[in-house]
Amino acid sequence: MRPSRRFLIGIHVAAVVMALVILAPFAWLIISSISPSRELLSPHPHWIPSHPTLERYRQIFGGSGADNVAANFRLAMGNSLIVATLTTLISLAVGTVGGYAFARLRFPLRRTSLFAFLAIYMLPPIALVIPLYLALANLGLLDTKTGLVVTYCSIVTPFCLWTMSNYYLSMPPDLEEAARVDGCTRLGALVRVILPLARPGLLTTGMFGFLLAWDEFLYALIFTSTTNAKTIPVAIAEFTGKYSSDFGLIAAGGVLAAVPPLILALLFQRYIVGGLTSGAVKG
Amino acid sequence: MKSTDSTAPQASPASVAGPSRRRFLTATGAVGLGGLLAACGVGGGSDKGAAGSGKGSIRALFMKQAGYSEDNIHAMTASFQKAHPGIKVTADFVSYEALHDKIVAAAPAGTYDVVLIDVIWPAEFGSKHIVSDVTAKWPASWKQKMLPGAVATSQYDDKQYGVPWILDTKYLFLNTAHLKKAGVPQGQLETWDGVMKAARALKRAGVTKYPLVWSWQQAEALICDYAQLLGAFGGTFLDGSGKPAFNQGGGVQALGFMRQSIVDGLTNPTSTQSLEEDVRRVFSAGQASMALNWTYMYGLADDPKQSQVAGHVAVRQTPQGTSGRPGVNGSMALAVAAGSKQQAAAWTYISYLTSQPVQDKFALSSLPVWKTSYDDPEVVKTNPAVVPQAKKQLGDMILRPQVTSYNAVSQALQAEIQNALLGKKSPQKALDDAASKASSLLGS
Amino acid sequence: MSTGTTLGRLRRRRRRPSSGPASEARFALTLLLPAAVVVFGVVLYPVVRTFVVSLYDVNSPMAGAYPFVGLHNYVRVFSDSGFYPVLGHTLYFTLLSTFLELSLGIAVALLLNAPLKARWLWRSIVVLPWALPTIVNGALWRWIYNGQYGALNGLLDTLGISHTPHQWLGSPFLALNMVILADVWKNTSIVVFFILAGLQTIPDDVYEAARIDGAGAWRGFWRITLPLLAPSIAVVLILRTIEAFKVFDIIYVMTGGGPASGTQTIAFYTYLQAFSNQLFGYGAALAYLIVIAVFALAMVYLRILRQGRMAGVQ
Repeated sequence: MRPSRRFLIGIHVAAVVMALVILAPFAWLIISSISPSRELLSPHPHWIPSHPTLERYRQIFGGSGADNVAANFRLAMGNSLIVATLTTLISLAVGTVGGYAFARLRFPLRRTSLFAFLAIYMLPPIALVIPLYLALANLGLLDTKTGLVVTYCSIVTPFCLWTMSNYYLSMPPDLEEAARVDGCTRLGALVRVILPLARPGLLTTGMFGFLLAWDEFLYALIFTSTTNAKTIPVAIAEFTGKYSSDFGLIAAGGVLAAVPPLILALLFQRYIVGGLTSGAVKG
Repeated sequence: MKSTDSTAPQASPASVAGPSRRRFLTATGAVGLGGLLAACGVGGGSDKGAAGSGKGSIRALFMKQAGYSEDNIHAMTASFQKAHPGIKVTADFVSYEALHDKIVAAAPAGTYDVVLIDVIWPAEFGSKHIVSDVTAKWPASWKQKMLPGAVATSQYDDKQYGVPWILDTKYLFLNTAHLKKAGVPQGQLETWDGVMKAARALKRAGVTKYPLVWSWQQAEALICDYAQLLGAFGGTFLDGSGKPAFNQGGGVQALGFMRQSIVDGLTNPTSTQSLEEDVRRVFSAGQASMALNWTYMYGLADDPKQSQVAGHVAVRQTPQGTSGRPGVNGSMALAVAAGSKQQAAAWTYISYLTSQPVQDKFALSSLPVWKTSYDDPEVVKTNPAVVPQAKKQLGDMILRPQVTSYNAVSQALQAEIQNALLGKKSPQKALDDAASKASSLLGS
Repeated sequence: MSTGTTLGRLRRRRRRPSSGPASEARFALTLLLPAAVVVFGVVLYPVVRTFVVSLYDVNSPMAGAYPFVGLHNYVRVFSDSGFYPVLGHTLYFTLLSTFLELSLGIAVALLLNAPLKARWLWRSIVVLPWALPTIVNGALWRWIYNGQYGALNGLLDTLGISHTPHQWLGSPFLALNMVILADVWKNTSIVVFFILAGLQTIPDDVYEAARIDGAGAWRGFWRITLPLLAPSIAVVLILRTIEAFKVFDIIYVMTGGGPASGTQTIAFYTYLQAFSNQLFGYGAALAYLIVIAVFALAMVYLRILRQGRMAGVQ
């Protein structure tokens, strides 16, 4: 059955409205990042900057010196990339394997252990900051990227476990039955049959897990103190402290901070959608 | 949800896992936890601080905003290390907003040897043994040689918990071009009454829609402005016996004054959502004619690269109310962390940073704590518009309450003052409510 | 096709004759061990310690002999007059933001699943807010809502809707709602992607069958799509509830809990108590109460969704 013309027009109008609501604040962020502060401080917003400037981006990419918060931003970006990538890889690996157990296997304390993992995710970081600080200090991991990765894995792993196990549940169980009939061991079936089919779930989970780590603020604020390990949210919070009178600099930082997750999302999107529509997971 | 699987009739995990796996688990646990459980009581690390040899490596925690810049501090540290080759200093910088939490989190681990503390923290940090009592190390002459406001910065209960370093208070900033346009003589700004009269004239003349802007967001910044007004109207935070007194006399008048300025449309309504930097933004854009702010605003508001009102900025001592004109004490001190194993070296470093020659050299960034510096032409020359005002203002400062539960008292006060500013409660009722909360906090 | 979330799938029996329960349990332990090490190797000590601290009257981070008070810190929460407004804000924030995120998210996901031209373009647009760090999102909306320079007032002015500037963050209840809007703007995209993934698992023939039955699009949505989406909805609802209930960053950046404490949430309040006021025992108790509250909410959601699905499938 072909959709009617009216329906097609309707959904396109709805899509345009949706795009406007999403893009308008984002556009304002970009406009603010290239508007001279004089225009930003006008009581009537300059929707289109009359004297656009790339000065703030130049500051971030070209600046140097200890006092230069903008240059520190660059290093923070690198730290965030490393920390978020490692966290995602580790959490995804252990979460993918563990999630399968929750979805397909029966074992004692199954529910209790799932609750235990989820409870960790529910605890507000504030509760754990002080004892974790002490722990990291004793292990010499304060102000290191390793310390952050270790900490973030404890948040992102429960997330991966929970979303992946639910993803497995949405897959038809007959597939692995078939594989096992073919003589695969349990682990073999998981690795050779289930995982390739779970790719869309893996990528979606990985994407959101990446952002959990990329976004984390409180732990990073307390556990890092130098450009060794300071992450993007901390660097931007420092802008808001010292340069909050120039929103443009925060905006420029924000635009740059959004680029890596965005690239990731755009890269993986076609796999996610492609994988999801490939039919293998359809019931 | 029903709990079914956990009671499934199956073997217990340990017996299923078998001995080898159990051993593996134990080993993993030991690796993960062994180092952590070692030295921890209920409260935190139990490691005691120590004087140390006076040599070696120390770590210091500074802040990024206001006062000395990171470059200043690196320069001071470099010359310190040249003079004391046995001591190596690592300096960390965090934003002011993170400073308190960082000191608290790091305290049990003993990460830092030197920490920068705000004037409102000595009671808290001193009583909780986060910073060391250095009273015995203070030379007798310092109390005479430093400005009285400076001495009070690191003091609690007659003990010294650090050495004053960054001296600051709030001044009245004005836009001279605006005043000229509205025909307001600067002399009128000697009193808060005069400021209000000037604000009405400015508004009437259409120079600024809202002539005044303040940092009245629910934050410590609000208490700083309130303290200054409370002092001007003759109020006190606490009475002689340590009970809340801000809900009487000057304290109530000050809040009434604040609320009235909003009702009359003289105070920018964004003030209740503004911090110091928002104040600077509005003032630098020429959208306010008068504002209270810390010393740092002068340099930035008068810089044509960052401000549209450069060349028209003047600084005055805070206006007089019905009783006085104290500025709020917003100073900071350097303290020796109680968990430091290098307390002797830490003290050597602090003594150097706070010494008069070093402070005089960097007077442009932050004014010295030493009295005689203000008559030194070299120091005056660094900032001729501010130093003479500072000399007057820094001699007369009002402290926020020096109590161990200050933060909780301040939070109660912030919330209630905001209730009054938003017109949800009368100033008297709001302050009475704050006082009753504060008494229970102070009592416990 | 699955019909339950991991938490919901309770009594389903596996029908595998080939392996006994012991080997299955051993396999499960092998699979879960890495995750357990990664998570509990790090947090077991802090989690246990925080619990121990919650039983003592700890008022400093330093070691010391603090009085043991049993469950007093937990009891105290309920006699703390400051706690109830904070709980109210948190529940309001959680329920409204998850409701808006879910309903908008489902609507947008259905839209993106419809035969749109250049579907990849629309999908890429939806990703944008998700990619913006929360700290930046908070700063952006604080700036948009600014009473003096804000784009929102500017927009209303340009469109001729309102010429007097509004103080969007100036009064407590309005500010709470504005913070919720900022949160919804960012986090709806997460919901969209989870629902979109769920939609892919619904076979087309289910719709065909409904169409033959003569069910309209609207009824088809309520009777077929929504019940079949229940597992995806449950997962994302619980994830969003957890995040919303412990909301902290956006409050820290946008309002600092003001005005007049109107945007203080439990996590922010816990932060003030535990850090600013150094009431570590009390803060720890608050943190554990957050976990209990989130669990309770999650259970309620799961029950509602299960019942709703059964009703829908009939």
